[in-house]
Amino acid sequence: MELNILIICYLIGSVTFIIGLKMLSHPESARKGNLIAAAGMGISILGTIFLYEEEGIKLGNYIWIFAALIIGTVLGTIAAKKVKMTAMPEMVSLFNGMGGACAALISIVEFDHLNHQIQLGGAVNSGTLLIIFAGLIIGTISFAGSMVAWAKLNGRIKDFAFNGQHIMNLVIFAVIICLSAYLIISGDPAAGSLFYLVFVLSIIYGLFFVLPIGGADMPVVISLLNSFTGVAAAFGGFLYDNPVMLTGGILVGSAGTILTILMCKAMNRPLSNVLIGSFGGSSAGSASKDQGAYKEISISDSAVVMSYAKKVMIVPGYGLAVAQAQHVCHELEKLLSDKGVEVNYAIHPVAGRMPGHMNVLLAEADVDYARLLEMEHANEEFPQTDVVLVLGANDVVNPAAKTDPGSPIYGMPVLDVELSKLVIINKRSMNPGYAGIENELFFQPKSSMLFGDAKSVLQKLVAEIKTL
Amino acid sequence: METMFSWLSLHQEMIYIVILSVFLGIEVIGRVPSVLHTPLMSGANAIHGVVIIGAIIVMGKAESNNLLALTLGFLAVILGTLNVVGGFVVTDRMLEMFKKKK
Repeated sequence: MELNILIICYLIGSVTFIIGLKMLSHPESARKGNLIAAAGMGISILGTIFLYEEEGIKLGNYIWIFAALIIGTVLGTIAAKKVKMTAMPEMVSLFNGMGGACAALISIVEFDHLNHQIQLGGAVNSGTLLIIFAGLIIGTISFAGSMVAWAKLNGRIKDFAFNGQHIMNLVIFAVIICLSAYLIISGDPAAGSLFYLVFVLSIIYGLFFVLPIGGADMPVVISLLNSFTGVAAAFGGFLYDNPVMLTGGILVGSAGTILTILMCKAMNRPLSNVLIGSFGGSSAGSASKDQGAYKEISISDSAVVMSYAKKVMIVPGYGLAVAQAQHVCHELEKLLSDKGVEVNYAIHPVAGRMPGHMNVLLAEADVDYARLLEMEHANEEFPQTDVVLVLGANDVVNPAAKTDPGSPIYGMPVLDVELSKLVIINKRSMNPGYAGIENELFFQPKSSMLFGDAKSVLQKLVAEIKTL
Repeated sequence: METMFSWLSLHQEMIYIVILSVFLGIEVIGRVPSVLHTPLMSGANAIHGVVIIGAIIVMGKAESNNLLALTLGFLAVILGTLNVVGGFVVTDRMLEMFKKKK
């Protein structure tokens, strides 16, 4: 009877995961979808604790289990609630790593159990061994990689690349596969400690997998690691013949893979390019162009031209986030609107450090959601726009993506800011942006540079406009 | 080899679930607006926290003298809970910010 209720719990869990994910892909239903999936998860967890049976024996150690649940809930809630909105992607990576580690630990305990049985002369089930190894390797790689991604996004680790790193990684991976295959096929009881060698090698592989990849590509990597952890969870499901772990794990594994591919498409870079690491100095094609001189514009001139414009478009970028200038930006927007200027924001899908980064940043500053225009919509508006204010965005407004086949960003859809009447670009210096390439927009006749930290520049602009 | 084939036939329903779930995952994501990529990634992250069920089983089965299973199981449940709770709370926070005003 109780097993039947458990089966229903798992069924409910699986269905809520499917529905929840579906609802998460539409803006109106997204929040409810998250809650539904959470409810299903809760039901599955409680059902397991109280109703799970193996050979007629229910689970024990309730005190340990509930203590761990409480500790995890308290820590998780505090961490998730207190962190700044702009630190969201690194939290996703951190929690992803926790999941991967959980899967790996399950494999370690189950291997230990299996090992004891083998030592006592029991038969070796290759299928079970294979599942345990898969869960260990995938979970560990995901854990190690996610921790590096977390550290990179909060600035603790810099990019680290060296010659031959890809060969080294391939070699490590080959060794992992060979050792695992040997253990699985031979079932050699004396070779049990090789399992722990595979564990250590997987950690190293995971670390070096993510270490050379640039910070701007982290969201893609996190999405990929996300699907890895899903697959590791699915292997746990195989191990325990558990349908809800299987459904949840595989759903995330496949949905996560699709999401990774979608994110790569938005950047117009193949996944292989992202994983191999840095952009690779192929700016050889565009570097030889005669860049020409750039113009500068002053604060007072900028203030005047924006106040008397009919339509202004703000293009936020990573520089705005770094300067934490989103609140001053909103002030500027309100000030201009009071003067009768129509102000909107053009949001490029990969502006910032993650998709939706700019939306989150501006939402934190209470910017009206209706003013945020998606790229296609914004591009239609640029020809009628008087002034474009580019705040710390670079590659997303680089025309080379349309005109220069030699450019690393060629083919990436960009914002056509040069179609407007005047482009004011705010940057701290002439240093290249994340892609490390020159931006010919800066040298075009309609463009002017407004140098300075985004926050201080915006504050000065606000002060200046108030005097007009 | 034999054991693997017999394992496959024993678990054929599980295999069907896997195959169908792969296609389901692909279908369900469909056309997602890029602004939802990050919350979706976060939600999926929380869902794969279902791995905690395996950790609970490990902890629940651990005999009182098996220190390895007890400690690693305890740690695994904490980590799994962090994934689940942290994941759903973070996703909710992200989606709260996308609420339309008025």
